[in-house]
Amino acid sequence: MNLPEGVQYRTIGGDRTLATRGPQVSDESTDEGWRAWDPGRSKLGAMLDAGMETGLTGGETVLYLGAAAGTTPSHVADFAGPTYAVEFAPRPVRDLVAVARDRDRLFPLLKDARRPETYAHTVEPVDTIVQDVATRGQAAVALENRQFLREDGRLLLAVKARSEDVTREPEAVFEAATAELEEGYELLDRRRLDPRHEDHLAVVARPR
Amino acid sequence: MTGDTAAGWFQDVDPGDTEGARAAIEDGSADGPADWPGLAVEADFAADEDDYYSRLRAATLRAATAASRERERADDNQLTHSLRAMDDARRTANELAERVAEWAGSLGWPEDAAAVADREPGEPGERRLVALATRVRSLEEEAAALRGHVERTAPSVAPNLSALAGPILAARLVSLAGGLEALARKPSGTLQVLGAEDALFAHLQGGAPSPKHGVIYTHEYVRGTDPAERGSAARALAGKLTIAARVDHYSGDRRATLDRELDERIERIRTRGDG
Repeated sequence: MNLPEGVQYRTIGGDRTLATRGPQVSDESTDEGWRAWDPGRSKLGAMLDAGMETGLTGGETVLYLGAAAGTTPSHVADFAGPTYAVEFAPRPVRDLVAVARDRDRLFPLLKDARRPETYAHTVEPVDTIVQDVATRGQAAVALENRQFLREDGRLLLAVKARSEDVTREPEAVFEAATAELEEGYELLDRRRLDPRHEDHLAVVARPR
Repeated sequence: MTGDTAAGWFQDVDPGDTEGARAAIEDGSADGPADWPGLAVEADFAADEDDYYSRLRAATLRAATAASRERERADDNQLTHSLRAMDDARRTANELAERVAEWAGSLGWPEDAAAVADREPGEPGERRLVALATRVRSLEEEAAALRGHVERTAPSVAPNLSALAGPILAARLVSLAGGLEALARKPSGTLQVLGAEDALFAHLQGGAPSPKHGVIYTHEYVRGTDPAERGSAARALAGKLTIAARVDHYSGDRRATLDRELDERIERIRTRGDG
């Protein structure tokens, strides 16, 4: 299993769990500076727990699209280097800011991931893009943000079928999304995240 | 600011100018990314990479805090103002239209304000009446324009609530609660009777029956349900609207599953009524 440096399986509060080292964010259990990272509440956590080759080694530069209230970005910032966290909804950004205040290199950006030109003046080229946006056109978002990814970088994408079309079969939605993705990426791995994350497909890709 | 790819957010910012840095993060743009940390050091904006990241951190924290606070406050507040203005414009137009009708009737004219506005006045008194009728017409037009504005903006402020309740009722609930956050914090029983405060207080003081619905009565799912089942329908609708308001406030995601759950729930209540 290839976990990045700074991510470990630990026994915390009697449970064996993924964990990172950093300031506590909400009510997650902690032990000696390590904090539990619940794969049931984090798609990236689920990808690591499923043993997917994410290419993450620790210390890399990350662009996180769809940061929400910052739960998963907080774990990323714990083990990665500079982490740019983009979220468009104002309410979750309030929580994201609180998470970022406790960390040195987590940069919150209230921006629309569909409009990269509005943050390209702030975000440097990155080693990894983590994308978890709940809007239509998730593949298009990944393609538009490809410009931020270094040549040998990785896209770690969670596609939410219901955000694209609630009436279509998830598998059909995933087929369409991955086909579109291939316009700019080479797909290295794909895996359903059920049952932890219902109707979600995890994709690892690199720019072509 | 600039579309020049070589211009980072720090380009025109003095290293000590926190407000300028905030504005640059918020309003700036570029065609694509670049090695901003390296360029910032080269441009003497920062002493080294660490220094750059501390400055970036301060600027992004400040920008995200200010922008999210402003947008949160702005959106539901603006929606409330437009809805109340729409109500005021309509109520005032009705009131003045009644005055016009009464006055026009005394002259033997048609009483409809629109018709009065088109007449050729003779005496000074008639001139005032026609002028008043034209005010009524433009107030009605403004009320309609405000309604269109509310219908367009409510879905961006509260997407789920607007989908379930319709944009006008959604805006009305936000307005009655005093904001989206206030609405999201209310239990569903309170949302159910929002707008029926008079009836609720009469009930609490004893005697009167408890109100089954407030403004949600205007929703087809309450009004169009058989009176015997209307209380259940109002309760079910209020429950889903409460969840919708919470999703809108706390996450902002659109969850189309809510619509379907509400449809099914009302369907069950109505079929039960038929049986």
